[in-house]
Amino acid sequence: MKPANAWNPRWRLLACAAPAAVFFAAFWLLPVVRLLTLPASKGWSTYFAVLTDSRYLQSMANTVALSVAVTLATLVLGAAVGIYLARHTFAGKRMLLSLLTLPLSFPGVIIGFFVILLGGRQGLVADIGDSLFGERITFAYGLLGLFLAYLYFSLPRAIATYAAAAEAMNMQLEEAARSLSASRLRVARDVWMPELAPTTLACGAILFSTSMGAFGTAFTLASKFEVIPITIYNEFTNYANFALAASLSIALGLVTWLVLFAARRFGANPVTR
Amino acid sequence: MRKNTQPRAPFLLAVTVLVSIFMIAPMLLSVMAGLVNNYSAGLKSGLTLRWLGEVWENYGGTVGWSLALALACVVGTVLLGVPCAYALARSRSRAAHIFEELLTLPVAVPGLATALALILAYGQLTAFRQSFAFILVGHMVFTLPFMVRTVSSAFQRDDLLALEEAARSLGANFRQRFMGILVPAVFPAIVAGSLMVFTLSVGEFNLTWMLHTPLTRTLPVGLADSYASMRIEIGSAYTLVFFAVILPMLWGLQYLANLMQKRHGT
Repeated sequence: MKPANAWNPRWRLLACAAPAAVFFAAFWLLPVVRLLTLPASKGWSTYFAVLTDSRYLQSMANTVALSVAVTLATLVLGAAVGIYLARHTFAGKRMLLSLLTLPLSFPGVIIGFFVILLGGRQGLVADIGDSLFGERITFAYGLLGLFLAYLYFSLPRAIATYAAAAEAMNMQLEEAARSLSASRLRVARDVWMPELAPTTLACGAILFSTSMGAFGTAFTLASKFEVIPITIYNEFTNYANFALAASLSIALGLVTWLVLFAARRFGANPVTR
Repeated sequence: MRKNTQPRAPFLLAVTVLVSIFMIAPMLLSVMAGLVNNYSAGLKSGLTLRWLGEVWENYGGTVGWSLALALACVVGTVLLGVPCAYALARSRSRAAHIFEELLTLPVAVPGLATALALILAYGQLTAFRQSFAFILVGHMVFTLPFMVRTVSSAFQRDDLLALEEAARSLGANFRQRFMGILVPAVFPAIVAGSLMVFTLSVGEFNLTWMLHTPLTRTLPVGLADSYASMRIEIGSAYTLVFFAVILPMLWGLQYLANLMQKRHGT
């Protein structure tokens, strides 16, 4: 008999969790506690820089507005595509679905580059505009470019989630509504929306939080429209202003965590999806 | 081949077509751009493998390092995550709940913040800071919750509790039960978790860009570097390398995982 066998099961569970706990404490908890305390060294007001300095406030407001807009647009488009794909069978549907969800494994920088290919100075739209109107239209580096890039990385998740949820939807309710001559819009509003509400909440929360923290895409597009991850990056690397970068990171982390937390309180579990 | 009972949905069809074009056109465009002589002249300038060759010369190393890092990340999260998943599945105490909650935080908090925290805490340890281990640690912190959650929900199955109990009554010690019964039973979940961890690690940029040094570059870091400083053809060719190396690998692993699920899954 090994002594381990005589152990209290509680100790055994503790021993099982210990390696992960030690690793997590050393490489996440401890560094994050340091990050949390760092702004204090420059005075307590550093914590509120995001609220008191108009430049940072503007950057935060930009990021939140952009993320909300992208989340809403993605939910509508993703739901439409997901429901359509779940309801109709056609040749090549599996192929199409796998192509549409492929970008889930792309790093954000690739998506930024895609937008440059579409709307950059040598981009597709610039070429088309040149031959049609004699004007090179570029949108990659502004608000529209960022919006499209964020949309591009959000859509695959929404499509996959809604396609799965729509498969599981109850067709009888919808047929009943139709037989009572409800219009398409009413069916969408009164049957689809309530049935898909939990999916929408969970998916929306995770789309919002990934948009808030999306660094690679914004970094590639090196935009004129400043978002908070880029502000943090600039403070840290260009100005070596560590305390401020830490304070802004805390603000960003708080916003995304709060949204995910609220979604979970309302019964959705976004992180495991 | 629409089923007759299906309602016609012209609006949904239009949205689906438009979204599909929006999603797929950039992929085709970038594959094309990596293979032509001159991007602004288009296909007329002829096809070439020259840019691919240049990318391989400059950035070939990043491919191997990315794959090695992802593999190490899988091994690390399995070693740390599987026992931890067991502990969390069997203990429903308050402390376990809080620990699970904490463990998931790195997913909710933006990668940039985690990276800054790591640099602030360990940036002074030069040897560590300048090695791939620094990036590996960041990737593992970020991917560990995915492994733990996937495997933990597999451990919670009722029939497993009964099996473990039966083995115990037959005198099997904990190590025998864990390696002989529990791990084989949750093996499909471990494979699924590994696949997720591998995919996340290979594409990770938000953390990696902050954690990398000129000597420790991964594929996504190299991509950002080439986009910023090189011709559009080089950037496209590099993207093509990503597609050609990573995607077949992910598909192959996915296929293996499905196969395993069918054979060993219950």
